Amino acid sequence: MTEEPDNLSCAAFQAQLPELIGSGVPLVFHPHIQSCECCRALLADLETIAEAARNLFPIEEPPDKLWKQIEAAIKSQKNCSDPC
Amino acid sequence: MPDPRFPARPPDAASHPPAGDAPAGIPASTPAPSAPVATPDPVEADAVARAQKGDHFAFAQLYSLHKRRIYTLCLRMVANTAEAEDLTQEAFLQLYRKIGTFSGDSAFSTWLHRMAINVVLMHLRKKGLPVSSLDEAMEPAADERPGRGFSAPDLNLAGSIDRLVLERAIATLPAGYRLIFILHDIKGYEHNEIASMLDCSLGNSKSQLHKARLKLRDALRAYPRQEDRR
Repeated sequence: MTEEPDNLSCAAFQAQLPELIGSGVPLVFHPHIQSCECCRALLADLETIAEAARNLFPIEEPPDKLWKQIEAAIKSQKNCSDPC
Repeated sequence: MPDPRFPARPPDAASHPPAGDAPAGIPASTPAPSAPVATPDPVEADAVARAQKGDHFAFAQLYSLHKRRIYTLCLRMVANTAEAEDLTQEAFLQLYRKIGTFSGDSAFSTWLHRMAINVVLMHLRKKGLPVSSLDEAMEPAADERPGRGFSAPDLNLAGSIDRLVLERAIATLPAGYRLIFILHDIKGYEHNEIASMLDCSLGNSKSQLHKARLKLRDALRAYPRQEDRR
């Protein structure tokens, strides 16, 4: 038997949270969120962390020398595998 | 005389970035703005086909298309530029050796990322991370797991996350949590793509991401108290 969403304990709600969040469904109208200040704060924190992460790291550019190194390593591999 | 098969610089892919090149983190309740490579990129597909036949210019093109995302992934995992360069090089050397085995069953970028992730995990194992399988990497020891305490409303983080503090907190996550957090929240992969890359279930990916965020929350909430003590 499952608990009704508006009768969930915090522990039961939080056990469902990974799946609920992962589903992409907005949780702001979830009955438990509407009635529980602690879980509302938890959800807000998690959303803040995800939002901050999205803005955190730019895509980094590797140095140009890296291609030269890869190219040299490929040539070296080819020379080793080529029959002498 | 330079070998014409190996261009001095790979062709610039800046004018044709791979889908999802922009970081596309996913706030908990909003859909991803741009998931990486949802449909095959014809330029990439052509380059893959030519590279599989030994066309080195095509391989250079693939490097240009994916170097940023692979290097960024490595850099976020090891937080060291020299190591990230070595790992990126190893990932592309593996790509060179194995590209003939790419069957097209999954997106090329997913396949390449999986290869890069394995290179990173192997490196972390060599550095002494006690990881004998990806499952273990993704399930840290009990003392590394997030706390279960509920937040008091007056401690919520809204609008108060300092960039440097968050970077430090991410760097201290157990490797498995860090990997899924980076792939999902920073690089914008969907759970089904992560599950495919890491050979884990969809539920596992969601659960690990949730634990990573909880652990970050613990770390971020603890941080002001550490600062106060100084």
